[in-house]
Amino acid sequence: MLLEIENLAVEVSGKRVLKDINLSIAEGETHVLLGPNGAGKSTLFLTILGFPNYNVVNGTIKFKGQDIAELSTAERVKLGIGVSFQTPPAIRGVSVGDLLKIISNQDVNDELSPRMQDLAKQLKFSDEFLDRDVNLGFSGGEVKRSEILQLLAQMPDFTMFDEPDSGVDIENVELLASEIGTLLDKDKPQGARKRSGLLITHLGYILNFVSADKAHVLIDGVISCSGNPTEILEDIRKNGFNGCVECAQCLQ
Amino acid sequence: MVLMDVLSVRNVYSDAEKAKDKKAALGVDIELENFTDEPINALDLIDDLDDLSKETKESFLKVGVDAKEENRAGSFLQVDQTNIFTNNSISDSIELMNIGVALDKYSWLEDYVWNIVKPDTDKYTAKAALREEKDGINSGYFVRSLPGTKEVFPVQACMFISDESVLQTAHNIIIAEENSELHLITGCATGDDISSAMHVGVSEIYLKPGSKITFTMVHNWAEQVEVRPRTSIHIGDNATYINNYILASPVRSLQSYPTAYCNGKNSRAIFQSIQGGVKDSIIDMGSRVILNGEGARGEVISRAVAQDESQIYARGHLAGNVPTVKGHLECHGLVLSDDSFIYAVPELEASSANLEMSHEAAVGKISEDEINYLTSRGIAEEDAESMIVRGFLNMDITGLPDELAQHTQNMIDMTLDGM
Repeated sequence: MLLEIENLAVEVSGKRVLKDINLSIAEGETHVLLGPNGAGKSTLFLTILGFPNYNVVNGTIKFKGQDIAELSTAERVKLGIGVSFQTPPAIRGVSVGDLLKIISNQDVNDELSPRMQDLAKQLKFSDEFLDRDVNLGFSGGEVKRSEILQLLAQMPDFTMFDEPDSGVDIENVELLASEIGTLLDKDKPQGARKRSGLLITHLGYILNFVSADKAHVLIDGVISCSGNPTEILEDIRKNGFNGCVECAQCLQ
Repeated sequence: MVLMDVLSVRNVYSDAEKAKDKKAALGVDIELENFTDEPINALDLIDDLDDLSKETKESFLKVGVDAKEENRAGSFLQVDQTNIFTNNSISDSIELMNIGVALDKYSWLEDYVWNIVKPDTDKYTAKAALREEKDGINSGYFVRSLPGTKEVFPVQACMFISDESVLQTAHNIIIAEENSELHLITGCATGDDISSAMHVGVSEIYLKPGSKITFTMVHNWAEQVEVRPRTSIHIGDNATYINNYILASPVRSLQSYPTAYCNGKNSRAIFQSIQGGVKDSIIDMGSRVILNGEGARGEVISRAVAQDESQIYARGHLAGNVPTVKGHLECHGLVLSDDSFIYAVPELEASSANLEMSHEAAVGKISEDEINYLTSRGIAEEDAESMIVRGFLNMDITGLPDELAQHTQNMIDMTLDGM
């Protein structure tokens, strides 16, 4: 298993947000995380990243077989974990171009590598855009594309996407989906894929363009059901998340 | 320009005499008696900036003064009280000389001296005025860009304190004649071994109609130096004044509140300052724009970072006195240690209808969200913090010619490296 979470319980400011999470993601797999607002989806992401204030009170998170509890966020990222945020903060005076160089281990005084320049163009970013301060005054779509561009600079083994398609128009969803595909080795045959991912989505629209192997429904800090993404989504569309609660109850 | 009568000399003297014990409105009060007056010709003159010691040249470079004089329109160097070097032969567009020489050469210059900075402002201006009037000490520089000229390279001026407990005074007059453009880099520094000294610099800057001045000042003082610059700027019709100020080295205390009078129609003043407080520095720095001319615009932007036990008072004041003027004040501060502090004082004053003035001020610690964002890109926490601080202090320097803008950016980077 690339990522293995067992009996995870997490407190944020003294409040238990995640109660008992069990989740395993193998190499080459893409999983989807569904659930109502406030269920704890983003908390799970930030806990995997090791952000301060997300206190693991029980359970373990293993990445590449290693317990990462004691590692800092930067160390976890160096191990191969990446994330795209839904609403990242603006950082004044730090340009997109410089951040891309730092992420791709380039000297900031050098010109941006041809690979990154090509990727920026693919994601419809001009040279001028690369000089802008990170996330400062970005439109919704620009934020999403810039997050994906940063991940392409990093090429993590395991990537978490928090609502990568929210607020993005149809044309750009396809563009984003194709780059997300690159990050998840979708261009390779299933057996040859190495990179994995976990996607938070509300509407599941992105799943029309990015295939997923498995879906999990997180309700009230617990994964209440797991299974085929298409079937689960269909069920949620018909019955709402209540169906999942009932499903979880009948499992017990 | 208001012509002063023949009694002006006596007025300066008597005004200064009356104010010689007058405490300044702001800042720590300094006992001037603790410092020594140097004579005007105590040091030998030099023929070439390259003759200076390697260490001195390096400390000059840190404040933007290039001993090789590459891409410079002229150089002026005052060490303690002596003007040891002047190079005014590079540009035909600019006059540059010691203020004493200039006063002998141009009788009209009297009208510009002690005109917009008053000798009785406080005991520091009084001290400078009394040394001029009583002891005949005329130190400081005179720079003038000739009408209609546009010199793209900057004049560099350096005020250097080389000896223990020196009280350095300077009185600078800068004039941009009609439709001319003038760029200045002024650097102030002290020798490495100076443990105590004081600098009082009086600057009166005049912009005639249609002219532009950019004034970039880098301070690199030592830990026990007291600094009291006193600066006023008179801006005529359609003229633009841009002031960039950078301080990131320790200082005992610094208090300054340059004031720009936008008296001309459509005149414009922009102040951008970067203040880095380190060790136990006490920095009280403000910028003031008085908008008196129709259509005048003022902008005051400051970034302050307080570290260690430093204290920063970041002030800004815009006063709009006629309709159609616009002003904006922006004051952002980062407090990096529990023992440091920032006191931001933005002031807006409107005494006419139909004008626009705004301010934004924010003081706080580094945002945790921003740190987390960068660490989630694999950047170690400490590096993330320093990136955020540098980014915070990284201002777009507007209005400078490309090369000078690049150079200024390099100076800022170099200054911040030390933080």
